Amino acid sequence: MPQPGAVEERRFVLFAARLQDLFDSLKRHGYQIIAPVVSDDAIVYQPVDSVEELPAGFTDEQRPGMYRLKRRADKAFFGYVVGPHSWKRYLYPPLQRLWQAKRNESSDLQVVHDREQPARYAFVGVRACELAAIMVQDRVLLGEHYRDEHYQQRRENVLLVAVNCTHPAGNCFCASMNTGPRVRSGYDIALTEVLDSKSHFFVVEIGSERGNTVLQGVEMQTVTEEQWQQAQQVLEGATKRILKSMDITDIKELLYRHLDSAHWESVAKRCLTCSNCTMVCPTCFCHTVEDTTNLHGTVAERWRKWDSCFHIDFSYIHGSPVRVSEASRYRQWITHKLGWWQDQFGTSGCVGCGRCITWCPVGIDITEEISALRRSEEGKVAHTLPKEENHANA
Amino acid sequence: MARATKPKLAVWKFASCDGCQLSLLDCEEELLQVADAVEIAYFLEASRATMKAPYDISLVEGSITTPHDAERIHQVRRASRYLITIGACATAGGIQALRNFKDVRGFISLVYASPQYIQTLSKSTPIHDHVFVDYELRGCPVNKYQLLEVINALLNGRKPNIVPHSVCTECKRQGTVCVMVARGTPCLGPVTQAGCGAICPSYGRGCYGCFGPKETPNTASLSKRWKQMGVKEDDLIRAYRSFNANAEPFRRESESHER
Repeated sequence: MPQPGAVEERRFVLFAARLQDLFDSLKRHGYQIIAPVVSDDAIVYQPVDSVEELPAGFTDEQRPGMYRLKRRADKAFFGYVVGPHSWKRYLYPPLQRLWQAKRNESSDLQVVHDREQPARYAFVGVRACELAAIMVQDRVLLGEHYRDEHYQQRRENVLLVAVNCTHPAGNCFCASMNTGPRVRSGYDIALTEVLDSKSHFFVVEIGSERGNTVLQGVEMQTVTEEQWQQAQQVLEGATKRILKSMDITDIKELLYRHLDSAHWESVAKRCLTCSNCTMVCPTCFCHTVEDTTNLHGTVAERWRKWDSCFHIDFSYIHGSPVRVSEASRYRQWITHKLGWWQDQFGTSGCVGCGRCITWCPVGIDITEEISALRRSEEGKVAHTLPKEENHANA
Repeated sequence: MARATKPKLAVWKFASCDGCQLSLLDCEEELLQVADAVEIAYFLEASRATMKAPYDISLVEGSITTPHDAERIHQVRRASRYLITIGACATAGGIQALRNFKDVRGFISLVYASPQYIQTLSKSTPIHDHVFVDYELRGCPVNKYQLLEVINALLNGRKPNIVPHSVCTECKRQGTVCVMVARGTPCLGPVTQAGCGAICPSYGRGCYGCFGPKETPNTASLSKRWKQMGVKEDDLIRAYRSFNANAEPFRRESESHER
């Protein structure tokens, strides 16, 4: 049985046939399990009860603007990477009522703050890039100056069962963003799946007391040196298979030098301003607030909805939108994500998960756009846009 | 809070299939609340009993296709405090705007036994081409929740929560997997205005563009992608030429593939 102790002692082996024991323990401890499942030709995150629901034997092929679910030759439980959903769907829901107000007979207003029963989720299958993304959202939503109570309630209750990536896809670039493919911290439990002709097991690492508690009563063995080495080999192999990268050297300065670059017009010719990149991004947190009423005007509600810097209304400030051109909207997104985010939150807003590349219907690739900016500097000064297009700091 | 007098609501039909005004009747349980909040003063599909002008809110369905209707819409405008157009016919000219791409006289002689009795205009045009419109609701048909929302907002003196962005945002908020990226199914969602609830993609189909062009639609980029996916020029033209064929960005895009 696992006990708190030195790091080495907190590593165990869980045979794949006993993975359900972990699920059962999570449920006994009152967690609702959210895990990857196959739905509508993709791997998405949904509530599950049983390991039978996991996408065992599936994998994904990803290229810019393309995702295909494929069968694997083996029955690996986690032989794929991230799909269109991210955990922010559960920590920072797309649609959330913030409060409501009721008017009684004498026209007095009564404001009712929604104190929801905090969800108690266990996320199973959180990848390294996704853990990094959750940490980024923590900085934004639980920062010094602003704490989002709705996020905080969900975040404090969540148990994170991370999975080390063994089969990176074509758009993964976590290695160059220093976020993966191996999880480093922030998890409660981390699993590395090892599957060969002889055995199928998980190396289990315990990251917190909460994780330790859940693993009480789950039958595990002490990891042998051979099993540990097997897991390390799998992870080293995964790192080598990450082919995409982004050069982040002085990336903030690079972007700031290109606020007036003609390159944004070339992106705008392709960009659909459809918002898909921001919706699938695990760190994008922008939202709008809508007020609704009932027909008789006796009940009003305030709702928060995911919004996007690609929407014109998003930059509407007293009288007109600030970022009308498509070029200015794409520039805003990428410059915020990779540059201003550092000034604002002390971290990059990009974790290298590749979702924005895969789920862009026309396959615009953030790493390629950065490369293009770097190429444009080779031996020459950046082109400039007409001045009226320069709303970059707004 | 009880209002002193109930605002008078009128529903008008021009060249259309009645589907949009039917959306109001489709409200069913909410319809009772609407009837409680407004005086349904002129709504021939619901009742023969009518009240005289003026009207506080006029919902206008259909496009202008005849000289008679081109006159009548001005009467409706004069009789209405707020004029709200509902549906693809009223906001873009509708499917009947396919005539705009051909010579309508050719159709008349083919369709009618006695074409000399037919008085029609060469083009089907949206209401905003003829009179000032206070608000437009897209869709073929309109979404009943959007219809209720615009009436609700007007009654409560607030901005309607109706968005001009893409269908994609709706899909993503709902968690619907992108049919274009995950299946290679051509979808008009990235250039189409949200509001329907992204119905087709949630059933595994590409968007048909019923709600017309979104704000700043990049149809050229989407068409290029569709062609890479194997869609032929003729099919691209047909995709843009449906209920919103006459909406400027869709019209321009379909014509650019016609050479």
